[in-house]
Amino acid sequence: MHDVRATQEVKHHGPPASFIRKYIFSIDHKVIGRQYYGLGLLAVFVGMGLSWLMRLHLGWTSLAIPGLGWLNPVGAPGGLMTPEYYLQLMTMHGTIMVFFVLTVAPFAAFGNFFLPIQVGAEDMPFPHINMMSFWVTFAAFAVLISSFFFGDGPSLAGWTAYAPLTAVGSIAGPGQGLGQVLWAFSIALFCVGQLLGSLNFIPTTLDLRAKGMTFSRMPQTVWAWFITSCMGLTAFSVLMPACILLIMDHLIGTSFFVPSNLVVSDQLQPHSGGSTLLWQHLFWFFGHPEVYIAIVPAMGIVSHVLITSLRRPLLSWKTIVASMVSLAFLSYMVYGHHMFVSGMNPVSSLVFSFPTLIITIPSTIIVLIWLGSIYQSRLRVNSASLFALGFISMFITGGVSGFFLAQPSLDIMLHATYFVVGHFHFVMAVAAIFGIFSGTYFWFPKMFGRMMNEPLGKLHFWLTFVGVYGIFMPFHYLGLAANVRRYQAFVDDYTTRLVPVHQFSTIFALFTGAAQLIFLYNLIHSRFWGKLATDNPWESTSLEWTTTSPPPYDNFGGRHPIIYHDPYQFGVQTASGTDYIMQDSPEESVSEETRSSS
Amino acid sequence: MAKLLAVTILVIAAVSAIPIEEHIWTAPADISTHGPLIDSQMSDTMGETGLCFLAGQFVLALFIWMYSGRGREHRIGRFPGGATGLVIAAFLIVGTEVIALGVLGSKAWAQVYFAPLKPGAMTVEAQAGQFAFYFRYPGPDGKFGPIHPEMISDATENFYGLDTQNDPASKDDIVTAEMAIPVDREIQLWMHSKDLGHSFYVPALRIQQDFVPGLDLSIHFTANKIGKYEIVCTQLCGLGHYNMKAYLEVMSRQDFDAWLKQQAALQ
Repeated sequence: MHDVRATQEVKHHGPPASFIRKYIFSIDHKVIGRQYYGLGLLAVFVGMGLSWLMRLHLGWTSLAIPGLGWLNPVGAPGGLMTPEYYLQLMTMHGTIMVFFVLTVAPFAAFGNFFLPIQVGAEDMPFPHINMMSFWVTFAAFAVLISSFFFGDGPSLAGWTAYAPLTAVGSIAGPGQGLGQVLWAFSIALFCVGQLLGSLNFIPTTLDLRAKGMTFSRMPQTVWAWFITSCMGLTAFSVLMPACILLIMDHLIGTSFFVPSNLVVSDQLQPHSGGSTLLWQHLFWFFGHPEVYIAIVPAMGIVSHVLITSLRRPLLSWKTIVASMVSLAFLSYMVYGHHMFVSGMNPVSSLVFSFPTLIITIPSTIIVLIWLGSIYQSRLRVNSASLFALGFISMFITGGVSGFFLAQPSLDIMLHATYFVVGHFHFVMAVAAIFGIFSGTYFWFPKMFGRMMNEPLGKLHFWLTFVGVYGIFMPFHYLGLAANVRRYQAFVDDYTTRLVPVHQFSTIFALFTGAAQLIFLYNLIHSRFWGKLATDNPWESTSLEWTTTSPPPYDNFGGRHPIIYHDPYQFGVQTASGTDYIMQDSPEESVSEETRSSS
Repeated sequence: MAKLLAVTILVIAAVSAIPIEEHIWTAPADISTHGPLIDSQMSDTMGETGLCFLAGQFVLALFIWMYSGRGREHRIGRFPGGATGLVIAAFLIVGTEVIALGVLGSKAWAQVYFAPLKPGAMTVEAQAGQFAFYFRYPGPDGKFGPIHPEMISDATENFYGLDTQNDPASKDDIVTAEMAIPVDREIQLWMHSKDLGHSFYVPALRIQQDFVPGLDLSIHFTANKIGKYEIVCTQLCGLGHYNMKAYLEVMSRQDFDAWLKQQAALQ
């Protein structure tokens, strides 16, 4: 059955008339997608710079970092980082990376640019809300960064912002006054921005699909963004009020997260009746779905890129979609595994443990379908497919360590250690970033009309792939040796012998970070001087490859695509001699080598 | 290039496994009666997940090696059993693993959190605050005096907020900066935070439990090896978090009694 709604039924905006409307306050989803990508790029380099400073300090605690003393004479007098400045950098690193990179790039950036095109729409249904979504997110980033310049700097409480450290004000330490309020305000704004984004993604998928674009003909990426939007709608709408309550505890004397009789710095606090565990429940009810908000779009991108590179459809698109839906659903039922030793009732820990173990099943299914799809394919190796394959490797590595952390009895040993840091950097951070890189190399020609440099892309892959294993694999060993995270120095007797492992990790972090400059150079150089891209340089099949590179303001130049096939007609033989059929082509296969199964 | 990637993946997987196989970096040796169950659970999980890790990376590398760069002359094939077979395999392999680890892990967890306190256990209190632990013993009367938060003061060294003038139960309470316990005797530890979130982590004791402001929590354990071990904070509590530590000294009964007397004299 073909779907019903055609894009021509929706009123859309005309081409932008002025520079400001075209490039700044644009309502074109493609410009907004590029803006989100630019924000993600800025954020990732800021976040990476912070991680360099942190890693240098952790490897060589007494090292005076050249230039840092000039940059921040209070936080790093003479270049030597103070304990609080380390924690402030750590908090900003985590917050920037989780929110402004891992959420922004795979979901908001690529989703904005490609979701409407891939369903055959001219734009999102609410373009002005879409524009607002970006600018609110940008404002959130500006507010967060501004905390470096006001009061005694940013919060030092980590990206998880556990109360009451974050709720009692500056008496708890540097950055816990204004810095913490700015943090909470920034994150509340960010939530608003992403909620506005989700409000556009969902109706775009449901209502603006082109004629013939049934659910079963939607690309894997569209499914991924759609599922992520639904998650975002529920997750961000919990975190936003939690942040507002936190701000109220600071500014108007409420006590949502602070119980009575606390004595901080010898002063009895004027709070009563709050619950510190309430913050943890609210935060992790958002926080665990957030892991999937980062990774599900990356999974969609990896599937999408792999299919084109393998020259065949996946063994079963329905199984992948069902698994992604299962991940999304289960993600709300597992959040308590972050709180096994929090003081939560130990029965609750067991209750949260089983769904946490069970969630590995859909993840395993997705990996097995990818692996099974590589079997007897015609794998084309390029920068995009290398990063997609690298993603699978990272996801396996990060996934298996999840088995440890899903068990409360092992969490007794591993909670708050570097094992956790290693786990989430592989499964969430690096894997999602590999998805972003894969998407960038794959879609850059469509986004900017020029090709990226392939040899540089491959060099970037090799250095990054080896580099991230060098950084993060040792974190597991450190965690198994009970090395606690969020320490600015390792002064415990049993951890001093672990310092060389940290130094090893730091060397790889510097090296891998430097390799990202190759990517940055490639990106900027290709943007202006890269080889002009054809409409379909990868011989792919979905709708974005049926229009020009880059697409015109209305995506299809006044044409209303009609969809005849599922999105991945590969492994076929056509009359014109190709092994693929475009989604909007009425052409049929002369003979079929393989078909996508249901 | 694909073949190089396949080899790289295999090398990384093999090299990654070596430190774990060789036990190069491990947690301090266990000194608790419940620890062996946790350690054996850790070891079982490592075995099962290690196998999954190596198998997953190996198959990825193998397929990249075998199926990259193939031209149109190669027919695209279908994985034996298709998606259904893989889904069944995932449910069987991971499902079995999940059930096995979940059930066995629950046993270890239950031993720590659900086992009833044995008669004759000794009660000790732990208080956490920025950036130090303090411990309290009830003294000869066996009773802890009430805490008066308004009297807590580092400046006057009344770390626990005790009113020794007016509360009879407080008079003989012993407050220390180091925790000492007798070997082979069950300890009930009452945990209380005076200010923010902290944690009580003794890797050698296989115990980690957060202090929750506003809640008094209790855990119990038995140490079976005499020695001095570190207690560290794992809940980010401010700028001195990294340095928030204390020592746990497990002593013979005689040494413990002598230590307690000595501490009582210092109050």
